[in-house]
Amino acid sequence: MVDFLNPADWVFVWLQTALFVLLAPLFSGWIKWLKCLLQNRRPPSLLQPYRDLLRLVRKDVLLADNASVLFRGAPYIICGCTVLAASVVPLLILHQPISAMADVIVLVGLFALARFFLALAGMDVGTAFGGMGSSREMTVSALAEPAMLMVVFTLSMVASSTNLSTLVEHGLQQQSVLRPSILFALIALIMVAIAENARIPVDNPATHLELTMIHEAMILEYSGRHLAMMELASQLKLTTYAVLIIDLFFPWGIAQSASAAGLGVAAVAIAVKLSLLGLLLALGETAVAKMRLFKVPTFLAMSFALAMIGMLSFVILESSK
Amino acid sequence: MSALFWTLLTPLAGGLLLALIPGTRLAARLNILISLAGFLFSIWLANAVLRQGALDNQYFYIDAFNVYLVALTNLVSFTTSVFSRTYMLHEFEIGRVSERQMRLYHASFQAFMFTMLLALTTNNLGVLWVALEGATLATVLLVSLYRTPASVEAAWKYFILCGVGIAQALFGTVLIYLAAAKVVDGPDQALLWSSLIRHATELEPTVMGIAFVFLLVGYGTKIGLVPLHNWLPDAHSEGPTPMSAVLSGLLLNVALYAVIRVKVLVDGALAGGGEHAPHLAGYLMMSFGLLSFIVAGLFLHRQRDIKRLFSYSSIEHMGLMTFAFGLGGPLATFGALLHMTVHSLTKSAIFITVGQASQLSGTQSIDHIRGVIQTQPAVGWGLLIGTLAIAGFPPFGVFTSEFLLLSATMQSLPWLTIPLLVGLGIAFAGLFRHLHPMVFGNRPEGLMPIKATVWPVVLHLALVLWLGLSIPDFLAHWFDQATILISGSGLL
Amino acid sequence: MSGFLDTYSHLTLTEQAILTLAAMVLVSSFALLAQSRVVATIRLFALQGFLLVVVTALVALDTREYHLFYSAGLTLLLKVWFVPWLLTRQARRLGILRDLDSLLRPGVVLIAAGALVIFCYSVALPIQRFAESITRDAIAISLAVVLLSMLMLITRRKAITQVVGFMSMENGLFFGAVTATQGMPMVVELGVAFDVLIAAVVFGVFFFHIRDSIESLDVDMLNQLTEVDE
Repeated sequence: MVDFLNPADWVFVWLQTALFVLLAPLFSGWIKWLKCLLQNRRPPSLLQPYRDLLRLVRKDVLLADNASVLFRGAPYIICGCTVLAASVVPLLILHQPISAMADVIVLVGLFALARFFLALAGMDVGTAFGGMGSSREMTVSALAEPAMLMVVFTLSMVASSTNLSTLVEHGLQQQSVLRPSILFALIALIMVAIAENARIPVDNPATHLELTMIHEAMILEYSGRHLAMMELASQLKLTTYAVLIIDLFFPWGIAQSASAAGLGVAAVAIAVKLSLLGLLLALGETAVAKMRLFKVPTFLAMSFALAMIGMLSFVILESSK
Repeated sequence: MSALFWTLLTPLAGGLLLALIPGTRLAARLNILISLAGFLFSIWLANAVLRQGALDNQYFYIDAFNVYLVALTNLVSFTTSVFSRTYMLHEFEIGRVSERQMRLYHASFQAFMFTMLLALTTNNLGVLWVALEGATLATVLLVSLYRTPASVEAAWKYFILCGVGIAQALFGTVLIYLAAAKVVDGPDQALLWSSLIRHATELEPTVMGIAFVFLLVGYGTKIGLVPLHNWLPDAHSEGPTPMSAVLSGLLLNVALYAVIRVKVLVDGALAGGGEHAPHLAGYLMMSFGLLSFIVAGLFLHRQRDIKRLFSYSSIEHMGLMTFAFGLGGPLATFGALLHMTVHSLTKSAIFITVGQASQLSGTQSIDHIRGVIQTQPAVGWGLLIGTLAIAGFPPFGVFTSEFLLLSATMQSLPWLTIPLLVGLGIAFAGLFRHLHPMVFGNRPEGLMPIKATVWPVVLHLALVLWLGLSIPDFLAHWFDQATILISGSGLL
Repeated sequence: MSGFLDTYSHLTLTEQAILTLAAMVLVSSFALLAQSRVVATIRLFALQGFLLVVVTALVALDTREYHLFYSAGLTLLLKVWFVPWLLTRQARRLGILRDLDSLLRPGVVLIAAGALVIFCYSVALPIQRFAESITRDAIAISLAVVLLSMLMLITRRKAITQVVGFMSMENGLFFGAVTATQGMPMVVELGVAFDVLIAAVVFGVFFFHIRDSIESLDVDMLNQLTEVDE
């Protein structure tokens, strides 16, 4: 096992987290780039998200008169929670010192904490849009969270653990196994990820159309570095979910120890897999139209049902003898 | 063997023939002829089986138990077809059914007979299921024959409820197959009742127990056991009356027959399995039977439709038989077999007179049928005597069989005689509070006697009376053989 | 850490595929339960039939019980082609193909469905211990498909969707026969298929009777016969 006090190991944790944070704008830029190509538009540079963030950081923060401490503090909390969540998910190496706390339920909890503050911040200034966004966000997440936990339970039943590294390792050991439970959990997790990251068909990240916004409505009042942090947090969340899906279902290539060759393979593998996933997402978002808000509960109920069937089929079909 | 062939072929070919023949009157006569031929063939078959012993091959299995049901089925089918001729021609003349519907009616009548006979004679539990489902399919369009909203509703209920119920029975059959595949050699043998009974003690008790629950629920729906009985009063009251007579008198018997066949297997399997209740099947049947008996008796009191009234009476008697077969032992089994016979004969006779009485009064509503005995004495007396017989008055056969059942209960579970007696009392009161005004009440003005064939009723009631006074020797032996087959030991 | 590798991963790929398809049959049952559009319901039913055909063919390959190919072919013909075709045709002629038959309380139904599956599992558990086939775990699934179809029959109000539920129940039974015992004797399977065929035709005729008598296919309006006094 890992030595918790070995500083060299902690360096890896820091490096990996930093890489994660740096990678996040690139990933969302990649998706935007692909979508533009698919929709016959001229794509912006891949580095455009970095430039946007820099520009925002340079700008002054404009606060509403009645903004409270909560409003100012929320970006730091949200961004912090998301970075912490990202640090827990193995990007290149398994079994780091932080994997002792790398529990899937912790991950869900961190995201929930961030969301809680996001919703509070949305309501803080008292604009109509902020409140509407918060209420919608909480509706969606109240439905998405049970589905997410159901997925987690299914996976942890398969691997008999809720530890992320253990889960990934279990996935690595039986590569050619066709499990109904895993299959349904994957579909359900993808659906949850779409809803949680405010992507099409649940929400449209590129719109500011009043009646349909969810996520964007909450951060309308932010500006300057606050907005930059909010943007970074949502990019990071998307990337974290993507890496989580890759880790749990397609873990091949991830390094099990810190050797140079292993790390190289892992880096190439994760880059390829992330770009493929981004391509799939872009394709999906181009092909599918945004659904009406009233349909979102049905969408999430479907993902919950799938996750539940996944768990049931594990119990019924896979666990006996 | 050739007797069996002809017994089965007659209704099958007859059904096809009647589907092709356009003339309504001709078809009605042919229907009688075909049924008569079937009856004669079944007598031949019964004679052959009683002489040469059980017939057992890959496809059919006939012993004393089912051959007597085959004969009974054919007898009732014959007399009902006689009644059906005058009844249906009357319906045709007053324009309730068209010529096409008459053709459908006659073809379905014979097809229904065929499915019941197939269910009774087959050796294969899977085919038994297929035949019972086929019986539903053959009758469902008959229930909706009049095309009124109520009759369509009744047919839909009948179709869906019986279909759902019987699906459970197929699951039970799959489970039996599962249990049998291990002990019986060759998958083709694994559903044959004759080979299953040879290996009954080796069958896995747990699986057989679960299978029996599914089979009882499935076939129990067809028997009309409470709480699965919902379709039965509707289907009986909305279809043409000859159909009600054969449904009540015959189909319920066939479904009960299926349950008993399976019960014998399950009893064999459970007898050796230590941890399992050896009488699981019996207890289940007893509780379902007793519940149906009491509940149906109570429902008798609130009926407004004369055919619904007697269909609840059928549920009540089927409950009693299920109870008796569940109780087991030679006395109860003998009584239940006798009860099956007398109930079939009496109930079909009653439905025949009920059909005539409602044609006479132009309604099925109990409140509007009045003074039948004045309008047409033959029908009124038939209804009165039939009801007396079914209520268990001495000296009719129903009294004898109920007496046997009560004695058997007294022997093994004395406390249960109390609910049985109470139930009989309730049912008796329920029937007679409605019957009295219908038979004796003030006759409405302007009712004319109708053309009615009386002798089938007379024949049935005479037979029931005869069975009540003395059971003929050959019949007693016959019942006794069947009792040995079901309960293991005979009475005589 | 080979402790992770349970017996499931020792199954051959065909067997894993069979079990995965079994789970997909269960999903199709859930989907049938939740689907509200008539035409989509019929299509889903055809899809379920197709899944059954694939499962049957795979079981036939896996166990070398080649007579199962006949069953698969029969199912393909009857449940994937004929019954959906007939239902679609009748629905189009009745003008209800695009109608909705939505659930009243989808949440409650979903929970009830989940509870039913667990119930089926507990019923099938003692049976599974005695089954020898590799697909014995699917017995619970087949029972679940039967009971979910019953739930569908209870929750639906249109005659045509009820018929789909009825037929889907038959699918569950067929699935049970295939997975538990590698099919039934041929004579029984033919008989059952014949019954399904007749039932489909009778149902097809029946839609018109219902419409002619109550001018709707909403079976909720069939409510004249009851024991409750008005």
